[in-house]
Amino acid sequence: MSNEELKTKITELLPAATFDESGEWLNINVEPSSWLSFAGKLRNNDSLFFDYLFCLTCIDWKTHLTMVCHLSSTKYRHNIVIKSKLDAGKPEIESVSHIWKTADFHEREVYEMFGVNFLNHPDLRLLILPDGWEGKNPMRKDFEDAVNMIKL
Amino acid sequence: MHLVITLNGETIKKVEPHLGFIHRSIEKMCESLTYRQFIYVTSRMDYLSAHINNQACALCVEKGMQIEVPERAQVIRTIMAELTRIASHELWWGAMAMDIGAFTPFFHAFREREKINDIMEETCGARLTMNYMVPGGVMIDLHPDFQRKVKEFITLFKLKIHEYDELVTGNIIFRNRMKDVGFLSKEDAISYGCSGPAARGSGVSCDIRKLYPYDAYNKVQFEEVIETAGDSLARYMIRIKEMNQSVHIIEQLIDNIPEGDFQAKTKAVLKLPKGEFYTRVETARGELGVYIVSEGATTPYRIKFRSPGFSNLSALDHMARGSKLGDLVAMMGTLDLVIPDIDR
Repeated sequence: MSNEELKTKITELLPAATFDESGEWLNINVEPSSWLSFAGKLRNNDSLFFDYLFCLTCIDWKTHLTMVCHLSSTKYRHNIVIKSKLDAGKPEIESVSHIWKTADFHEREVYEMFGVNFLNHPDLRLLILPDGWEGKNPMRKDFEDAVNMIKL
Repeated sequence: MHLVITLNGETIKKVEPHLGFIHRSIEKMCESLTYRQFIYVTSRMDYLSAHINNQACALCVEKGMQIEVPERAQVIRTIMAELTRIASHELWWGAMAMDIGAFTPFFHAFREREKINDIMEETCGARLTMNYMVPGGVMIDLHPDFQRKVKEFITLFKLKIHEYDELVTGNIIFRNRMKDVGFLSKEDAISYGCSGPAARGSGVSCDIRKLYPYDAYNKVQFEEVIETAGDSLARYMIRIKEMNQSVHIIEQLIDNIPEGDFQAKTKAVLKLPKGEFYTRVETARGELGVYIVSEGATTPYRIKFRSPGFSNLSALDHMARGSKLGDLVAMMGTLDLVIPDIDR
């Protein structure tokens, strides 16, 4: 499907979604409240069939955080990016790990690096950081570590 | 990496990976490095595919800056990437056989791998972390002996690849250890985000070189190797066959390196326009994604490396449940885990 066709199809599924076509792939902005149901529709709709989540990450914009998911379909070979704005003070979003199993590890990474709380995640624990890690989340822009961080 | 394994007798109930022992937070480091500097750090991610990591980063910066890469540089990059893939698969083959309990294959693999390292050393000046690909092309032109030595290597490799099959592939003890071990279905491979030989062993067509060709891959003929069994032996066979395909690609290019510049003329200071850029390449382990978020400055605002090993590892728990403890080594071996690639 071309970007135009994807846009029409996705507007049918979620009329509240807004689009950004400046990049290579179609960017779709959704509210955190509709994140999970929208993700489920993208995965299970027969003409979209986004079964391959190849990148899940987060960006710290200081004023807010943005969740970014890159999706691809192994059947139709089309790609999209879905994004959701989160509150920087109390970032919370539903986990998509039971839709795409790879999200389990990626969400755990985002959880410890950005402090995003994933609701209904099966096993939300530290993955990379050492046990008993206390303090700020390393990938946030305001993170400072006088001992281990070398300013380049 | 630590694996915490819950057992019932010898049967695996659960495998929990504990990561971070060589986590250097390369993504955070890159936020304070310029677009020319950050490429050097990425050689330390997947050090067995250093060339291909550099290539991915260079391609992403070129995409953002809309730099046209000269044909000569594209061909050189493709040859180097394929040599890297052979070297990586050879190390994997030796190390995996050693994990299973055979010590000799390691020396056979390193005998050939050494030749590739020598070729790399002559042109790039380094044997492991080459830092040869830069935005706009490659850093320096090829060494005058490059073509001759690569051809010599190919002749040698074609003689020796049969030894690999005789020594390991056809060995009945080895086959029994690999067959029907660590089964991963096609649906699960996609859902777990597996890529590279780990996914192609389960019948998923996912070779980025075929699907989204970059550099000179659209000019060469090669096959995407796919097996459907989904077990450890299938993943093993893919890598063995891939080495042959890589040789085939190099053969097509080595005598046809176009004359011309090896690097496009670029500005001294690179500034990516505001926006987001994503490139995907096929490393020896699978799909590597480089995601750059730029605010128009000389350094990236945020950079994310989608490493193949991280996603492939997440399928290990699913694969291992219900198997015997001794088989876990075979599963880890055929996933080709490179820890710095997982931790980053």
